[in-house]
Amino acid sequence: MLERIYKAQTIMANACKKLGRQINIMEVCGTHTVSIFRNGIRWTLPDGLNLLSGPGCPVCVTDQAYIDAILSLAQRDDCLIATYGDMIRVPGKGGSLETDAFKNNVRIVLSSEDALQLARDNKEKIVVFVAVGFETTAPATAVAVKEASKENIDNFCILCGHKLVVPAMETLLSGKNDKIDGFLCPGHVSTIIGYGAFENIAKQYRRPCVVAGFEPMQIIEGLAEICRQLAEGESSVKSVYTAAVCEKGNQKAQKIIKDCFDHAQGRWRGLGNIDKSTLKLKKQYSRFDAYIRFGIDPLAKSDESGCRCGDVLCGLIKPADCPLFAKDCTPTKPVGPCMVSSEGTCAAYYKYERRK
Amino acid sequence: MTAAMAETKKILLAHGGGGQLADELIRKTILARLGEKRPEGLEDSAKINLSSKSICFTTDSYVVKPLFFNGGDIGKLAVCGTLNDLAVAGAIPVALSLSFIIETGLEIDILEKIIDSIAKTARQNNVHIVTGDTKTVDAGQADKIFINTAGIGIRLKTADLGFDKIKPGDKIILSGSIGDHGITILSERQDIKFQTTLKSDCAAVSGLTSKILTGTTGVRFMRDPTRGGLAATLNEICRQTGLDIEIKQSQIPVKPAVQAAADMLGFDVLEIANEGKFVAVVSPACAEKVLRICKKHPLGKKAKIIGQITGASDTPLVEMETIIGGRRIVQMPYGRELPRIC
Repeated sequence: MLERIYKAQTIMANACKKLGRQINIMEVCGTHTVSIFRNGIRWTLPDGLNLLSGPGCPVCVTDQAYIDAILSLAQRDDCLIATYGDMIRVPGKGGSLETDAFKNNVRIVLSSEDALQLARDNKEKIVVFVAVGFETTAPATAVAVKEASKENIDNFCILCGHKLVVPAMETLLSGKNDKIDGFLCPGHVSTIIGYGAFENIAKQYRRPCVVAGFEPMQIIEGLAEICRQLAEGESSVKSVYTAAVCEKGNQKAQKIIKDCFDHAQGRWRGLGNIDKSTLKLKKQYSRFDAYIRFGIDPLAKSDESGCRCGDVLCGLIKPADCPLFAKDCTPTKPVGPCMVSSEGTCAAYYKYERRK
Repeated sequence: MTAAMAETKKILLAHGGGGQLADELIRKTILARLGEKRPEGLEDSAKINLSSKSICFTTDSYVVKPLFFNGGDIGKLAVCGTLNDLAVAGAIPVALSLSFIIETGLEIDILEKIIDSIAKTARQNNVHIVTGDTKTVDAGQADKIFINTAGIGIRLKTADLGFDKIKPGDKIILSGSIGDHGITILSERQDIKFQTTLKSDCAAVSGLTSKILTGTTGVRFMRDPTRGGLAATLNEICRQTGLDIEIKQSQIPVKPAVQAAADMLGFDVLEIANEGKFVAVVSPACAEKVLRICKKHPLGKKAKIIGQITGASDTPLVEMETIIGGRRIVQMPYGRELPRIC
């Protein structure tokens, strides 16, 4: 293993030397961010290689208005909120789902299926599933909606916050952050969408895209491959996660998503409105759409919380550059979502980076 | 079977009421199964003659869910957990108390199984259950059964342990693989089946710790890394002593199945609970000897020196050299624990 690490380190160091400037690589996925910190990978990289954490943590990219919408639904006596655990501590107007006032109206679920079961078991309540995540969690939501439709479970609905990875990467490159030299592409999402999905970024935007798994060795070799391409003036899509990711991805899962959802404009924290970047329930499933059921505007603007999570998500600043980091905003008292989620960039910096 | 008969197989509110049903439960179900010799009348307090004036005294409550898991059950855990608290304080356990809070409706079969497990674990570890209590509560006021045990132990004369004894240069020994208990409970709770069977490490380490403490001098401090795992234990040492700690990931034993399950569930194995392990901070001179004693004992076969106490610092930290040669901090886990694992 040490030999492989040394080889990768040499490729990275040579690329930095050849380009004569800092190389900025964005790891898009929150699980990569955590693995990078947990394994101390940054410590093994040459000085000239800078890692930026991208908009790949599903909790972090949800807009403030979405959080506020959940909180307002949690206040209603006729609603039961079913959410993944990560969302529970994200602060919004007047607290978070963890606040005592909501404790009878909020349930943590491990899957969309659990949320649907809640609806079956609590007929007197409208169960609202907080459907967040990228292409990885969207198929499971789609399955739950289809089942609800088949069984006519009318007290089930979803507040769809599912987002698509590629439009966010393209938005970053279209003016938001032109410092990014290449992408370490998300492993989980790529199992669904396939590495072919990044072809446009490599061709049109001329940025190397390498899909990697979450083992430290894979991440290091993925970074080395990006550096190699940069040094040789290439930009292509590669996968070093060959065990799980193929070019076309999981077509069955893609079909389930397509059957259930349309692409729609969506609001992202830090990135603003992006065309065709979120999933919206198709008309035939609109009775399960919480936006319609409760008259919530999915593109509503919201007050800023004062933290700079948005800039962190775009790789424009490091967490320590945010004036609130580690002072007013800590994992026990988070101000922004990046400090809440276990996959959040700020939480990872806070937890694993030396702060002497 | 008549409905009335079926009813008596379950715990009723009256079983905790101090009347005839309660008396029957205590004598026939609890005392008979524990097999303890005791005076005819049940007295209000146990009288214990101790051979030393220096004793250790501890208590802990157990609310684990599920009640039975691979490698143990709430009864075994309630004995081992309290024995381990005595063990790492440098004591030889002598006597335990045993109190139940039982939810109405619990099958008496289940209670009997738990008591049998308590009796077996106590016998295996030469400790007597000398006093106890049983309360019942309405359905919904408790989750099946909660157990509290308290323990008394005689402090070994050779045990001079405390945070204040820890010095820079001291070695940190871990008695075996981490994460087994927490990951087992978690995967059983979530009904996740792995190809390799996960098993809790639930065990009393008092036999091994007393061998170490009588066989060597130079042990400064011991702790069992339960909730919060190794990360919490090391950070506590750091905080209390003001000294930095450095550990090597390559030296920390983790079973592959535990690591795989932790990765899948998104947990850091350093933060996962253990129920049959201890961390010992020892002088550099006695580290190898402690390790030898560990390796001869079934509960310490995989023991390793995982790191050391480095120097004093204003912001003391636990730092880990990772397997790939990187470095990271190991932080005190955030308070939101995996739900009810001990």
